[in-house]
Amino acid sequence: MPEAMLEVSNICKTFGGVRASRNVSLSVPDGKITSLIGPNGAGKTTLFAQITGFLKPDSGSIRFLGEDITGASPEEIAERGMIRTFQVVKPFAGQTVRDNIAVGAHLRIRSRRGALAKAEEVAREVGLGNRLDQDASSLTVAGRKRLEVARALATEPKLILFDEVLAGLNPSEIRDVIPVIRAVKDRGITILLIEHVMQAVMSLSEYTWVLNQGGLIAEGVPKDVVSDPHVIEAYLGKGMAERIAAREKADV
Amino acid sequence: MRTLIILAAVFAALGLVPFFVVSDVWLNIAIMVLYSALLGQAWNMLGGYGGQFSFGHAAFFGTGAYTVAVLQVQYGINPWIGLFAGGLAAVVVAAIIGYSTFRYGLKGSYFALVTLAFAEVLRILSNSVPITGAGVGLLIPLQVAPSNLQFADKGSYYWLVWAMALCAFAAACWIGNSRFGAQLMAVRDNEDAARALGVRAYSVKLRAIMLSGFFSGLGGVFYAQYFLYLDPHIAYGASVSIESLLVPIIGGIGTLFGPLLGAVVLHAISEVSRDLIGDVPGISLVLYGALLVVMVLFLPRGLAGLLIRRKAAPQNRKKQEAEHA
Repeated sequence: MPEAMLEVSNICKTFGGVRASRNVSLSVPDGKITSLIGPNGAGKTTLFAQITGFLKPDSGSIRFLGEDITGASPEEIAERGMIRTFQVVKPFAGQTVRDNIAVGAHLRIRSRRGALAKAEEVAREVGLGNRLDQDASSLTVAGRKRLEVARALATEPKLILFDEVLAGLNPSEIRDVIPVIRAVKDRGITILLIEHVMQAVMSLSEYTWVLNQGGLIAEGVPKDVVSDPHVIEAYLGKGMAERIAAREKADV
Repeated sequence: MRTLIILAAVFAALGLVPFFVVSDVWLNIAIMVLYSALLGQAWNMLGGYGGQFSFGHAAFFGTGAYTVAVLQVQYGINPWIGLFAGGLAAVVVAAIIGYSTFRYGLKGSYFALVTLAFAEVLRILSNSVPITGAGVGLLIPLQVAPSNLQFADKGSYYWLVWAMALCAFAAACWIGNSRFGAQLMAVRDNEDAARALGVRAYSVKLRAIMLSGFFSGLGGVFYAQYFLYLDPHIAYGASVSIESLLVPIIGGIGTLFGPLLGAVVLHAISEVSRDLIGDVPGISLVLYGALLVVMVLFLPRGLAGLLIRRKAAPQNRKKQEAEHA
């Protein structure tokens, strides 16, 4: 079996008494959309931060494209082709949309002119083509999410980690952004999502991992995972899985 | 491209000043304006474009000034060589300060305090070691000759500082239109987001402080050659640090022409106040402090921000209306 694009093995991380990651292992296959779900505080973002070098895991290893990147800096990991976006969007406020995206483009393109041209091209792809000269801080939440996607795309990554790119959007905005994410995948870029919006997880991802209290409790095809009793309990509380099952039986 | 043309035009016009201004008093004011603009632009590279507020640019300024002076007085080395040596020595100091702050992730007020501390350490050192003349200071012997970087007429001094300022403004213009500048501004606006996009934040900040230090050091060299006297308080005292940051803050932080605008306004104010109040020692610092408070409270983007906002505001309003419709 060929090695997966991203291989996370036995990651552990504690903050004082809180075990944010306990022995997490997952392998992200090439060319697919996969996702990571879990209730609030499950340690999803912490795991992302460790994978992308913002936090150093206490133990365990991370391999990307066959090379060990455990403990590498975020910059180095970005150069290797893995880019993350942030749950709380971080636009370069006061700079235009074009300038924002150009920062991403500069990772591969030295010349200013080339980076600006690339920024324009990427902006069109994600639907920001008519906002190029607008101040990034004047964008709506949906616009900022698109900007996050655009900046990541401009770096020509192989793998993008989207941290709740749909959170805070209304249903119609979600319907608008989902095709953007699909288009990213169609360019041959592998995607790992952290997501709360189940509609997105169900419709976008082909495989999903469920994290609760720092540890993986389930994994598989989203359809199966959401009916897993462990997962239902993690979200809704102990005993809920049985009650739901009982009610379903009663309804039949 | 357009900014480059405007910059060239502005400096071409400034280069002609000595042909039209014959009065030494006015020429002296023009020299001091350009000298302030040079110091301000140096600070602006790190503080404006890079968002790293230094309170201790005197560390670079004083190092440049002392280098050219010490090399002349103690070793008899020609000040033209000292000019470059001064700039480079300031770069070395900048690299040391940059390494010891950025390496350990110091930001905001912590960075500002460390730069202040470095300048103070250098002031105390220069006050006690014999090579700098200690507290007595250094007097550069008067030997007027262009080969000696000393000029009989103010016009030549003007062109010297004009050339230095031109280099600093050209460098700032390059920052505004290059990959390095884009990355520097990205780090200023959000360091984490920048790093996630592959920007090597530490190296970018280090290069910015070295560039900034170089031009501040040149300012020091000019000061030494123009006034031919240095002491620890002049070289490493707080007033240079404050002037360096006040000029771009008045003019418009992170903008190309802000430091020039700020220098003009600052000198206009200090000339007027000198006329009104007379030469009370230290009054300029009081004035600077008051000015700083006023600017930060009411015009955080400086005078340039005022101009830009007035130009851009109606456009934005139209766009917003279009969006709501």
